[in-house]
Amino acid sequence: MLLIPCPWCGARAQIEFTYGGDATLQRPAVDATETDWVQYVFLRDNPAGAHQELWQHSAGCRQWLRVSRDTRTHEILESAPAVEASPGDAR
Amino acid sequence: MTQRFRMSAGGAIDRSRRLAFEFDGMPYQGHPGDTLASALLANGVRFVGRSFKYHRPRGIFAAGSEEPNALVQLARGARTEPNVRATTTELYDGLIAASQNRWPSLAFDVGAASGMLSRLLPAGFYYKTFMWPAMSTAWLKYERVIRAAAGMGRAPGEPDPDRYEHQYAHCDLLVVGGGAAGLAAARAAADSGLRIILCDEGARVGGTLVGDDVSIDGLLGSEWIDATVRILSANPDVVLLPRTTAFGSYDGNMLALIERVTDHLAAPPPYVPRQRLWKVRARRVVFATGAHERGIAYQDNDLPGTMLAGAARTYVQRYAVRPGSRAVVFTNNDSAYAAALALNAAGVALAAIVDARGQGEITGTLARRARDAGLPIVAHAVICCGHGRKRVSAVDIAPIAGGGRRRVDCDLVCVSGGWNPALHLFSQARGALRYDDTLTAFVPRSPLSHVVAAGAANGRFGLAEALADGHAAGLGATGPNLSAAAPPHAEMEVGAAPLALWSVPAPRRGGKRFVDLQDDVTAEDIALAAREGYTSVEHLKRYTTLGMGPDQGKTSNMLGLALLAQATDRSIVQVGTTTFRPPYTPVTLGAFPGDERGAHVEPTRYLAMHDWHAEQGASFVNAGLWKRPYSYPRVGETPEQAANREAKNVRANVGMVDVSTLGKIELQGRDVAELLNRVYINRWDTLPVGRCRYGVMLREDGIVLDDGTTSRLDANHYLMTTTTVNAVKVMQHLERLLQVDWPELEVYIASVTEQWTAAALAGPRARQVLQAVVDIDVSNEDFPFLAFGECQVRTAQGAIPARLFRMSYSGELAYEIHVPADLGRAMWEALIAAGEDFGLMPYGTEAMSTLRIEKGHVVVGAEADGRTTADDLGMGKLVSAAKWCIGKPLMNRPALTAVDRWQLVGLTALDGAVMPRAAKIVADLDRALPNPMLGHVTSWCWSPNLESWIALALLAGGRTRHGEILWAVSPLADAKVRVRVGPPCFIDPEGERLRG
Repeated sequence: MLLIPCPWCGARAQIEFTYGGDATLQRPAVDATETDWVQYVFLRDNPAGAHQELWQHSAGCRQWLRVSRDTRTHEILESAPAVEASPGDAR
Repeated sequence: MTQRFRMSAGGAIDRSRRLAFEFDGMPYQGHPGDTLASALLANGVRFVGRSFKYHRPRGIFAAGSEEPNALVQLARGARTEPNVRATTTELYDGLIAASQNRWPSLAFDVGAASGMLSRLLPAGFYYKTFMWPAMSTAWLKYERVIRAAAGMGRAPGEPDPDRYEHQYAHCDLLVVGGGAAGLAAARAAADSGLRIILCDEGARVGGTLVGDDVSIDGLLGSEWIDATVRILSANPDVVLLPRTTAFGSYDGNMLALIERVTDHLAAPPPYVPRQRLWKVRARRVVFATGAHERGIAYQDNDLPGTMLAGAARTYVQRYAVRPGSRAVVFTNNDSAYAAALALNAAGVALAAIVDARGQGEITGTLARRARDAGLPIVAHAVICCGHGRKRVSAVDIAPIAGGGRRRVDCDLVCVSGGWNPALHLFSQARGALRYDDTLTAFVPRSPLSHVVAAGAANGRFGLAEALADGHAAGLGATGPNLSAAAPPHAEMEVGAAPLALWSVPAPRRGGKRFVDLQDDVTAEDIALAAREGYTSVEHLKRYTTLGMGPDQGKTSNMLGLALLAQATDRSIVQVGTTTFRPPYTPVTLGAFPGDERGAHVEPTRYLAMHDWHAEQGASFVNAGLWKRPYSYPRVGETPEQAANREAKNVRANVGMVDVSTLGKIELQGRDVAELLNRVYINRWDTLPVGRCRYGVMLREDGIVLDDGTTSRLDANHYLMTTTTVNAVKVMQHLERLLQVDWPELEVYIASVTEQWTAAALAGPRARQVLQAVVDIDVSNEDFPFLAFGECQVRTAQGAIPARLFRMSYSGELAYEIHVPADLGRAMWEALIAAGEDFGLMPYGTEAMSTLRIEKGHVVVGAEADGRTTADDLGMGKLVSAAKWCIGKPLMNRPALTAVDRWQLVGLTALDGAVMPRAAKIVADLDRALPNPMLGHVTSWCWSPNLESWIALALLAGGRTRHGEILWAVSPLADAKVRVRVGPPCFIDPEGERLRG
């Protein structure tokens, strides 16, 4: 079972987290073509090696994280908050 | 009965106590410290089971968890357990065991006597027989017989009476295996401040050192163990876990351990679990898991009385049992000489030590000692075959180069084909292996950053080097540890290299040379599989079942892949090993769920008003994790009759239902309306304060995700409700959007599902009931449909604050009243009391469902089933053209807008028939099968208000079929019912009642 370092709570077992898929996807503009949306919603790369992915610490602080995981070894290379600033902090 | 083969002195057993046990109905005795296997051998019982496929007689082959033959059924009523290894079963007073795989008795077995099994069961038997395209009916007939013949023990027929528990643990160093290397590692790392766990599968830590006559730091094996265990036990940072097997190694250095807490006790004490499953996170792991000896494939090498040389030594030294009277030792390496010396010292006659190596290669310390003791060593020789029926009586030995065979009488054959480091767990931890030609075994290629193998598991087979390796592994965990004791010292033995000998040609054509005793796989099977093209070791395994038994091929896999390499002219490296997977040894299934069984599989959620519902005699139904009232039956009523009465009363008078399970999410901040615009298909920036609105959410792919209402409590304060089932999913969806996709939106959200309890009051007289308890005017003018307001509810406990919503799920004039959860019952009882004069009845989920089906309201999970669009559900008009929302870009793909989409319709059963459960809809009953399916029924009920069976259904092109007569059919219920298609809303389609 993975041990995922949560930037807020420390290293926690995988069962506390919910997987959220590829973290590198950029939401298309609202007026993007249907092809762009199909790409965003359905098509995924399957890299052998580092994979940037989202995890939510759902049984903990509820924060979404960006985690870099080696798909060959399951080694967690890095984890960080999904966005550096919390909502509203900038204001 | 006397223990005829028990020695009068020595061994790690307690002769002062006798334990009575039973095997196949015969009474025997043993001592504390015995395993079932050692006690059977002490009583001269050598024939203990029949083999899996051929039902050949088998005896005890090993002395540990690698045992392939001596699997027995432990019989303790509901606690009976099949396929238990006699070699690891601690003896207790009153133990009852039986042999397996024989009928009617071990001595006379029909399956073996008929001789048919051998001819019927070649390699790949199942593939050839049961997967052939034209499987004949004859085979179908025989399958039952063959499956009955090829089997193991019997599963218990009663529920498991025992309790199992789970234990989580963290440590800096986990040492797996408490033999010489493991103890040395733990001792070296102790006192460094590291938290250490050492587990060992044996009842007594120490591995093969227990009872061994070696000397470590001037102490005998058992003395050194005791001294080391004393040191470790006194250390508060060290946890010793005997009777605990590490069976799986997982990502992130998490290991699963199974501790057998009471299996060794005659009468397990109450309140103690039978077994404990440990989940250990270790910073570092030392696998001091030892090594397994392997056999050599010669003809009839499976006769009872044939065992591994190391096992024979263990029976003599640890258990003070002579496993025979006259032994032949067959080896290709030095280790068997230790067994020969031990047997000799125990008074077992040594007929011959047959060593495949030449005289000049037999130069090790142990061999010299054997020679000095005058033991007869026959060099450059092999055993060609065994003789005997139910036990070995002689073997033929011959020069390895070929030539004359000579018969040697014996009742014990001790075989050593070399040693395999036990790297199952190391390999599971992704440690890479390399083949060592000198050791003729796979060893770790290199340690991992946090995982090392030590001792015999690391290819250090000699005691002195195993101790040094273990010590070094322990220090590796601590870094420089000034307080560490000096490494334990043992005399270095000079070893000579083993010879890679895997098999000996069979003198008799068709003679069986067993590779895998547990699965009855022979050298011939492997050769046959190779000829048929199964040259990958993974294919070979599945085709021949090599190593697929409960022992997972611990004594056989290496032999099998070496023979495959020979048969295909490849090196062992080219063939490689099969993948090691958990569990290392079989684990009782009950240990995996632990306490999470029955009602403890998942949490149960109770409503704040649960006690009131129970007091009123409600029958409950599971809604997700919640217990919800299904209906409130009165005396003489069934729950269904009660639901019909309740549903009728709502439309006639007034009813009240507990809707606290709805998901409730509070949203605050400047940009809430913008967020709502983006997640709902309809428009939200136009919603004024004090109003509610129904909304539908889509997934990114345009399919309906959830529905519910959201109310604007204040300028920047909203309350969203979700369906009961999707409360968690919607919360997670919003959190992701706000944290990942749109962090620039100023919106704060919190789930308040459990903080608020809610009642829905519905029916033409709802206003009168409500007005009697609230302090605001709830007339249609002041509090119209879809209004929100805050108020006080007068209760017996005083006035309590409430949120009031005018919304309707039933289609009647209706209100939802939300109050803080702990005040729920006071609010509920105040309304019940106020409703007495108006015919108020509580109603449950069944009446609620009937009312919403009558009204044509959809349910997420039934009508919205993960494939339906908003338009399918008749809500296409809700989609706002003025704005973007999630799912909108892909909502109109061609397949989602086709004219034959399954669309929501209402069905009325004709001819007074009952609507069948989960029926499919067809146009023509008489069509040949498969009859084209036009759609299916999603919700159905008896409508007490319409007095007929009605349903909601998804129907191809449904909106254009209103008025058609179709069939709802259910082959399962054997029902065929004529139905008339119509709009989904059966009651008050204009909505006059809910706006009244």
